[in-house]
Amino acid sequence: MKANCWTGRNTVEIERVPDPQILNPRDAIVRITSTAICGSDLHLYDGYVPTMKKGDVLGHEFMGEVVEVGPGVSNLRPGDRVVVPFPIACGNCWSCEHELYSLCENSNPNAGIAEKLLGHSPAGVFGYSHMLGGYPGGQAEYARVPFADVGPIKIEDDLPDEKVLFLSDILPTGYMGAEMCGISPGDTIAVWGAGPVGQFAAASARLLGAERVIVIDRFPHRLRMAREHTGAETIDYAETDVLEELREMTAGRGPDACIDAVGMEAHHPNPAMYGYDRAKQAARLETERPYALREAIMACRNGGVVSVIGVYTGLADKFPMGALMNRSLTLRTGQCHTQKYLRPLLDRIRNGEIDPSFVISHRMRLDQAPRAYEMFKNKVDDCTKIVLTP
Amino acid sequence: MSAPYDEHEARGLARALGWMSLGLGTAQLTAPRAVGRTAGVDDSPVIRALLPLVGLRELTHAAGLLRGHRPTRWAWTRVAGDAMDLAILGTALRDRRGPRRQRVAAATAAVAGITAIDLYTALRARAAAGGTGDLHLRASVTVNRPRAEAYRHWREFGNLPRFMTHLRSVDDIGEGRTRWTAEAPVKSTVSWEAELVEDLPDELIAWRSLRDTGQGPGVSSSGSVRFSDAPGGRGTEVRVEMTYAPPGGRVGAAFARLFGEHPEQQVRDDLRRFKQILETGEVARSDARPEGFRARGFARERPAQPVA
Ligand SMILES: NC(=O)c1ccc[n+]([C@@H]2O[C@H](COP(=O)([O-])OP(=O)(O)OC[C@H]3O[C@@H](n4cnc5c(N)ncnc54)[C@H](O)[C@@H]3O)[C@@H](O)[C@H]2O)c1
Ligand SMILES: [Zn+2]
Ligand SMILES: [Zn+2]
Repeated sequence: MKANCWTGRNTVEIERVPDPQILNPRDAIVRITSTAICGSDLHLYDGYVPTMKKGDVLGHEFMGEVVEVGPGVSNLRPGDRVVVPFPIACGNCWSCEHELYSLCENSNPNAGIAEKLLGHSPAGVFGYSHMLGGYPGGQAEYARVPFADVGPIKIEDDLPDEKVLFLSDILPTGYMGAEMCGISPGDTIAVWGAGPVGQFAAASARLLGAERVIVIDRFPHRLRMAREHTGAETIDYAETDVLEELREMTAGRGPDACIDAVGMEAHHPNPAMYGYDRAKQAARLETERPYALREAIMACRNGGVVSVIGVYTGLADKFPMGALMNRSLTLRTGQCHTQKYLRPLLDRIRNGEIDPSFVISHRMRLDQAPRAYEMFKNKVDDCTKIVLTP
Repeated sequence: MSAPYDEHEARGLARALGWMSLGLGTAQLTAPRAVGRTAGVDDSPVIRALLPLVGLRELTHAAGLLRGHRPTRWAWTRVAGDAMDLAILGTALRDRRGPRRQRVAAATAAVAGITAIDLYTALRARAAAGGTGDLHLRASVTVNRPRAEAYRHWREFGNLPRFMTHLRSVDDIGEGRTRWTAEAPVKSTVSWEAELVEDLPDELIAWRSLRDTGQGPGVSSSGSVRFSDAPGGRGTEVRVEMTYAPPGGRVGAAFARLFGEHPEQQVRDDLRRFKQILETGEVARSDARPEGFRARGFARERPAQPVA
């Protein structure tokens, strides 16, 4: 089959690889009908995630048609249409029983390696480095889906792929980012990053009853999208001092909760600041450039919540611990426990509360993945989200 | 070493080394090219290929030094690693000129300095530890299943090779005795007989090896596995303790450890698979790792593509 493979920093290539096979009783094979490129893939593309190997099949946002199931899968049949959540979770361990699916204790065959870097291992993830399992991803024609009896959600009506594909990751991720804020009436929520994840975090904050939503980015087309689809107010951080602006907008209080939907590769408008962390990152004295996170902590009102859904992989420098501690802030984080949100969010899509397809800016063929990565990375042609079809 | 051994100081030093290993290992894994450039060896494809492996080795050290219950022991594996780095750099120094040679020289000096610290840590630890050359190790895991079930699965010794991947087989030979056949480092096998010394249903299984029966180096070991209720309905805590003289004694073990095949990691991995089987009914496999988890295999792990 054809698959999009990581072939080194800043390069991906379409390669011919073997078709996947059932390896375990609870596996299924899915023929992929739609797959997307995620901001998390950019961290791999840019070479910031350890333990990638040349030839790794990328992609963790995908859906398709079941073509084969192992003897341990009784709830799915060939022909079923499914969306596959990106964390691989067994459904049996303590973490899964507590709906902490991205922390499944049994799905990462390389847990020992992850433990060395992170202390304990999170769940395995499709197409996301060997530290997280070495699972081939879904930017391909077919994928093997482990624990298929608990992960994938069946789509039984005729909702088009574009409306349900993002259940695999970014819609639940944005939703979880907003949920972690513990929103109460009157709350102002600030979201760093107007990428697809930030868009859904903002939209979800609205759904969960936020009074005001403020989105921060520097790309005009993304900020416009947040204004038009979520009724958010926006700040262009390249033009405005974000901390001062937020203080003004909230009459000195600060936002009640701040969502970091940017992650480890944040950009900084001041070349000196950017250069400082960029250099440390290049020398691997830190692995992150945590500008958005630093700013979110500094901006948050006393006693508020900082919700981190942007991805970090290693060590951050100049972390404002003093602000966090002295001002009673709560830091909440996580890879999305996607499985938990599939059903409720599918219901919201079905009854028209949200149509996630608004973030799609480009539709391309899987063959065009190398070009698509380049476009998404450099945000050319008002790129926000690219969907690929095999 | 005549100075009284200060366990605290040695541990502190060992942990500091652990943090250093963590930083260095992460750097070598994520940015082998940048590290190679700094050390002036970025022009050698062989060394470039080696750097991620060296990084992985550093992470193994970091884990041992930071989390192991006897972190000082890991200092020896660092000394061995330093020797390897010095050898690589020594070769590099020989055939380089100009600014590149200066960079290699600087890197060599830095590694030599680190070697001195590692050696000091290791020697201080040994001064107090004394010891027979036997290894003691322990590992534990929490399994989300009732205690009786965990005990039963383990007590059925034929099940062991399914989660202890270095075991080829365990055969019941009657009278509480079993014959164990295992893979040993460098593609040989060892086999030995063991007897059950204690068997408390749902609580404890203890064993001891009897004598060497096969070809290859001998293994003498004793061990136990304990099962207790985890608090608040969290299932069963499974704790393994073992004492053994590995093939080739201490040197052999240190060498094996250097390549990730250190026994503690192996037991921890075994327990992880035990948990997987009990909780999910299968051992987690990815296509890059179709045989399930095995730390030592990482360097040889294939790309994450479907297996043909
Ligand atoms: N937690 C999870 O489960 C999960 C799931 C999916 C994605 N993610 C992560 O979410 C993050 C965003 O993903 P995405 O797909 O939206 O990526 P993206 O790259 O499209 O969006 C990131 C946005 O952040 C903006 N940005 C950069 N620096 C900024 C700064 N200093 N202040 C404000 N905005 C800044 C960029 O301009 C860009 O628009 C990534 O880190 C991704 O890995 C996490
Ligand atoms: Zn994603
Ligand atoms: Zn689980």
